Amino acid sequence: MDFKHTEERQMLADTLTRYVMQDYPLAARLKAAASQTGYDAAKYAELAELGVISALFGEDFGGFGGGGFDLAVVFEAIGRGLILEPLLQSAVLAGGVLAEAGSPEQQTRLEQVISGETTASLAHFEANDGGETEWIESRAVQSTTGWQLNGAKAVVRNAATADFLVVSARSKGKIGDADGISLFLVPRETTGLGLRDYQTIDGGRAAEVTFEDVKLPLDALIGVDGKATGVLREVLGRGLLCLSAEALGIMDVIKDMTIEYLQTRNQFGMPIGKFQALQHRMAEMLLEVEQARSAVIRAAFHLDRRGLARERALSAAKVTIGRVGTLVAEEAIQLHGGIGMTWEHALGHYAKRLVMIGHQLGDEDFHLSRFIRLGREEAEEATGAEA
Amino acid sequence: MDLNYSAKELAFQAELRQWLAENLPAELAHKVKHEQNLTKADMQGWHDTLNSRGWLANHWPEEYGGTGWTPIERHIFEEECCLAYAPRIVPFGLSMLGPVLIKYGNAAQKAHWLPRILDGSDWWCQGYSEPGAGSDLASLKCRAVRDGDHYMVNGQKTWTTLGQYANMIFMLVRTSNEGKPQEGISFLLIDMNTPGVELRPIHLLEGTHEVNEVFFTDVKVPVENLVGEENKGWTYAKYLLTYERTNIAGIGFSMVGLAELKEIAAKTRRAGRALDQDPLFAARMARAEIDLENAKITNLRVVSAAAGGGAPGAESSMLKIKGTEIRQELDSLKRQAVGRYAVPFVPEAFEPGFNGPYVGPEHAAPLARHYFNNRKISIFGGSNEIQKNIISKMILGL
Repeated sequence: MDFKHTEERQMLADTLTRYVMQDYPLAARLKAAASQTGYDAAKYAELAELGVISALFGEDFGGFGGGGFDLAVVFEAIGRGLILEPLLQSAVLAGGVLAEAGSPEQQTRLEQVISGETTASLAHFEANDGGETEWIESRAVQSTTGWQLNGAKAVVRNAATADFLVVSARSKGKIGDADGISLFLVPRETTGLGLRDYQTIDGGRAAEVTFEDVKLPLDALIGVDGKATGVLREVLGRGLLCLSAEALGIMDVIKDMTIEYLQTRNQFGMPIGKFQALQHRMAEMLLEVEQARSAVIRAAFHLDRRGLARERALSAAKVTIGRVGTLVAEEAIQLHGGIGMTWEHALGHYAKRLVMIGHQLGDEDFHLSRFIRLGREEAEEATGAEA
Repeated sequence: MDLNYSAKELAFQAELRQWLAENLPAELAHKVKHEQNLTKADMQGWHDTLNSRGWLANHWPEEYGGTGWTPIERHIFEEECCLAYAPRIVPFGLSMLGPVLIKYGNAAQKAHWLPRILDGSDWWCQGYSEPGAGSDLASLKCRAVRDGDHYMVNGQKTWTTLGQYANMIFMLVRTSNEGKPQEGISFLLIDMNTPGVELRPIHLLEGTHEVNEVFFTDVKVPVENLVGEENKGWTYAKYLLTYERTNIAGIGFSMVGLAELKEIAAKTRRAGRALDQDPLFAARMARAEIDLENAKITNLRVVSAAAGGGAPGAESSMLKIKGTEIRQELDSLKRQAVGRYAVPFVPEAFEPGFNGPYVGPEHAAPLARHYFNNRKISIFGGSNEIQKNIISKMILGL
């Protein structure tokens, strides 16, 4: 048992934290968020140059990391810096699918994703899925010459700026079946692909994506026809860890910010941190942030081990950061009072991102149900093994 | 980062398991599992068994009888003992006074008292709280006045756990009213059989006799029973409390509690289905499980950080709060899981050798009593509110 990072990983964490805190100030971040693209392409290139994207992939794909704790340290720093650039969408999710299931031809695209030359986005979740990976209504029909796609994807982050999308659609079976989902590589300029691009409340941009008789070549298929569920489970699991670590980074910043505020804001002739009603709320926040840190450590540890224990640890982390994230955001705003409500103060921007992370890749309730369901499967497995 | 135990740690765990299987008497484990009342001989017997194996004072330095285990190994030991339903090791001499004597006692005190803790010659109890000094411990009034070669002690202590079995008590007494209240406190060892010491039981709300009041009237205590310097007792007291709080996280108890809860929920039928299939109850169980899994890691993080063998500081306050919240939630869920069969209270069921018949399911019998008894864990060892004060001051700098 050992709770220390390797030297290399600690260096990566330190370098990246320094970069996001010193070279990408909040003002620049807000400006990028309000821009047409929703992020700063130059900053994304700098991040790539620092090796941040390579750290998210293993050596097989030209990276130098890719393990659970690599993802965790990178995304903690992403959270601390409130980074908008599409590391999750492009690298971890879309890139993750290509790494997991892409053909050699498709993997040349992955090289460009890792170098930061191109960006991609995973268009998977739909308006009515309730967080379930298998609830895919979009359809893909195969002919001798290619595929035809119809359907719609909801709140796809960084879609309008992506060079290509990785799209899931059902090629077999009925809605809700685990089997029958396929993944496709779809260039953004493809005819029939519609994008309604908009701002998100936590900074950056997303889009509603529609497919109307979109025609794709046969080799647009990623991996095996109808067998995408396993790939998605693997990749979305990585995404869950990244989001949880990002939330942790944000919580640390908010926590420090709030402690400092309690120490310096005077009312009734003394710092408000002298009041026990506030002290105890702050102590509670600290405890829960440490619990969230433990949840992220568990999830990172389990990420590289496939099976039910991995999935349960990931859902447990998402439940924890969902609950604690909301608590931290709400408490911090309350403890700051009026100033915490202003656009000018950094807190609100961190709080918005923190709460919205709860809405990505399945919310707290979804993952609590999933944790319970997987627990039953685990128990059945154990009973089966005994019998 | 590696959450797996090392090969050495796994071998250690296996050794413990085997030893526990061979040396923990089945009747004793049965009593603990069914929450039957343990006798003094039960507790003493387990103390002796561990002592003869050399594992009793595992957290002491090796020169005084410690094992030289790493913090992780000590953690594994505590966890395995819980999972095997071993009785809790009575902590007052071993885990509270022992470390204080080792750090602050003089050579004669160490040579005299430490071996007696190990071999069970002395059963210690704790004289800290007073009727007027609970959370505000430093306001304590029990007075010791130096008179030649002895102190004369007058006053009262309370919440003295298992004092009915003790022959010795370690005390915080007031030796000065000068300066801040903390600056006039001394740490004194008193023989319970000295004339003028009187013990009266306090019966708790669930009917058990765990704690006592102790009265001191003109009790003569030899000056060599003063630990450290006069008026410096507060420093020693705080040192002792961090030790007391480390054990309070109780992760092992929660692990057992969760396993029992799952078992109960699986076999309890509610209107045709198992209780663990009820979405609301399953959600509460799952939240407790997630909280516990996180707390295990939090605990291990603190344990690993305390590699020097010392007690962690304010982090132990964090563990105490979270650990007790989880234990109380699990107690609450178990009580609710058995529904109306939490209500019957049959005192004979808590006596060793009780063979039934139980009212309702056997596992239901102790649950309400246990739930009420464990309301204490967020109060003792410094209430959870006091822990939050400590966190505010020590970690948050507020």
